[in-house]
Amino acid sequence: MTLHLLIHYTLLIIVFLVLLSLLIAGGFLVAFFWAVGTGQYDDEVTPSIRILFDDPPIPSDDVEP
Amino acid sequence: MTSNLSVPPTTELERFAYDNKIVQQFAYATAFWGLIAMSVGLLAALQMVFPVLNFTAETTFGRIRPLHTNAAIFAFVGNGIFMGVYYSLQRLLKTRMYSDVLSKIHFYGWQAIILAAAITLPLGLTTSKEYAELEWPIDIGIALIWIVFGINMFGTIMKRRERHLYVAIWFYIATWVTVTVLHLGNSMEIPVGMWKSYPVFAGVQDALIQWWYGHNAVAFFLTTPYLGLMYYFLPKAANRPVFSYRLSIIHFWALIFIYIWAGPHHLLYTSLPNWAQSLGVVFSIMLIAPSWGGMLNGLLTLRGAWDKVREDPVLKMMVVAVTAYGMATLEGPLLAIKSVNAITHYTDWTVAHVHVGTLGWNGMLTFGVLYFIIPRIFGTTLYSRRLANIHFWIATLGVVFYTVPLYWAGWTQSAMWKQFLPEGILQYGNFLETVDAILPMYALRAFGGAIYLSGVILMVYNLIRTTRQGTLIADEAAAAPPLAASPAGHKGEYWHRWIERRPVQLLIGSTIVVLIGGLLEIFPMVLVESNVPKIAAVTPYTPLELEGRDLYIREGCNNCHSQMIRPFRSETARYGQYSMSGEFIYDRPHLWGSKRTGPDLHRVGAKYLHSWHYRHMQDPRSTSPGSIMPPYAWLLEDKLDVSQLSTKISMLRLLGTPYPAGYEEYAIEDLRDQARDIADNLREAGVEDDALEEKEIVAIIAYLQRLGTDIKPKPQVQLKK
Repeated sequence: MTLHLLIHYTLLIIVFLVLLSLLIAGGFLVAFFWAVGTGQYDDEVTPSIRILFDDPPIPSDDVEP
Repeated sequence: MTSNLSVPPTTELERFAYDNKIVQQFAYATAFWGLIAMSVGLLAALQMVFPVLNFTAETTFGRIRPLHTNAAIFAFVGNGIFMGVYYSLQRLLKTRMYSDVLSKIHFYGWQAIILAAAITLPLGLTTSKEYAELEWPIDIGIALIWIVFGINMFGTIMKRRERHLYVAIWFYIATWVTVTVLHLGNSMEIPVGMWKSYPVFAGVQDALIQWWYGHNAVAFFLTTPYLGLMYYFLPKAANRPVFSYRLSIIHFWALIFIYIWAGPHHLLYTSLPNWAQSLGVVFSIMLIAPSWGGMLNGLLTLRGAWDKVREDPVLKMMVVAVTAYGMATLEGPLLAIKSVNAITHYTDWTVAHVHVGTLGWNGMLTFGVLYFIIPRIFGTTLYSRRLANIHFWIATLGVVFYTVPLYWAGWTQSAMWKQFLPEGILQYGNFLETVDAILPMYALRAFGGAIYLSGVILMVYNLIRTTRQGTLIADEAAAAPPLAASPAGHKGEYWHRWIERRPVQLLIGSTIVVLIGGLLEIFPMVLVESNVPKIAAVTPYTPLELEGRDLYIREGCNNCHSQMIRPFRSETARYGQYSMSGEFIYDRPHLWGSKRTGPDLHRVGAKYLHSWHYRHMQDPRSTSPGSIMPPYAWLLEDKLDVSQLSTKISMLRLLGTPYPAGYEEYAIEDLRDQARDIADNLREAGVEDDALEEKEIVAIIAYLQRLGTDIKPKPQVQLKK
């Protein structure tokens, strides 16, 4: 009952949302450290160029899907 | 080709095939649901000019409008996201999707969810929370299918043959992670039946979590995935690298860290504590920087390639899309400034703003991607470039014809709402005058929507002809070297090692992080305890009012009527005492609304006679000449379903509404008593109906007469005889 009252009469929701948002932001922070740490951003030039090159078509009978 | 230059000659190429079948399926679904979503939108737009188009209960505006928004967001844009992700992810990572089976489950599951929405929303099965209207069984379905998508995407990332995760993929990842949390957060509800639930949080809290969700649905469903698509398809279509790859990385990280906090700007001048409103405003303003960084990055990619834009309909579509993104993301922060919001909120300005986003940004980018993908996966060229160019101009004009009249309407209506005579009374005291003034704008908006839709029909024809002149390359052959050991292997362990060697620092660091969380937890609670005054006069809804409230939700009244009087003289003069947070503590869900097509209803209670409401529901124009509200004749005919009443009472008590123990057993008696009183009153006013006390109309009258009266001085009109 006390928990219900608390949920009712305070803006517990803001706490909940702040924590949830911090959790998301924290998750992204870890992802950011991972990205920097594993060298994802060591090269800031060629990735944007490499996506433009698609592989040459290969005769489809050589391929296992 | 060039991508193989870095591969040592000894490395054997691995052969595999991209799955184009799934891309084709999502592409077809995108086009199909786009047609449906926009047709339903056109119907809704026309209903606002011609109320006669509210044919049946299932097709009234209050039910059609959520159908339109859900179809546009989750069916049209949703399938568009999956189409673009399944096409680009495979190519960016040089691998087939992780699992064909998961891809199929994802596709059919998502279409089943859309179908369920298309059936339940017209039936009035809704939670009333904007963009989260679907009831709990469908919410569970969405969660499951979204997880399937996640497994499929992360599985693909794990088995990639390209170590670098291109920026588009980061946008996809952020989309998946955040939408998961948002959906789970806003769907916390307790079922009281197969198709009815109450949210765990009430009133102001429910409103805050709803708009935290609502804003981030725009951010992480309509924006981040489409930015990912922009960063892949725009450079591909222009055949040149993005203007600055470094800027794209900054754009990504800045955007996702800021976006999450901007939700409260949907609740400016409401009963939400002021500091939370200010938080939303500050982060909204900050958003201009990353958003415009992204827009400029997209547009500058075309530097030196504008000759291609002149020729290529794909690029044209994308240029307008990115421009619309820039316009909407500048306008959004401006609308989040409190003094601007005071003018624009609840008006059609907001509707114009979101349509710059959906028609301009999402729509045009989707068209561009469709024109890009379909010829490629069918091994052919576009059937008619000319038709696509015509589509481009029709769509662009459609956006203009849609938004400009609504900006005009919004401003006009707001100015009329706020206009006082020198005598100090409202110049347009009758709300209907402010509706009548903007009807021509509504008609023009419907025209804009109609031509935008006709462009889509043209596109569908063009795409069908394109598919006919080629054949689907269901499995597109490709080859790539396997992923070599990380060239930056030692770096991969950098953070891990750094932390591992510093246990003391780690302990201190984690303690600080926990403390910050704890402080944030305690601070608002202490602060806010005094901000939500408990109002002794505010009591739970009676059983009949509760059932009436659920009818209000079923009919979607909140789509046109707010229940939130802002603390402005123009609003208190029109509606009465401004709304206070303590008045909403039993509101599950909150029904504050976000648009006033009709007047605010928070203090409508005891303002009119029961018989006025009866006549008004029967034919709104009999009591309010010129009203564009649909008639609700079935409320007068249908019997009130009270089968869930005792469950509703029990569940609400479980959530904290102070109904006495065991009240669920005799709540029905109170309901009957109150219904009899209202029915007697109606009969005295000349309503002839033998079974009046069992009809739905009685419940909705009970609810409307209760609204906002808890803190009102005692009504002049005696409700009970």
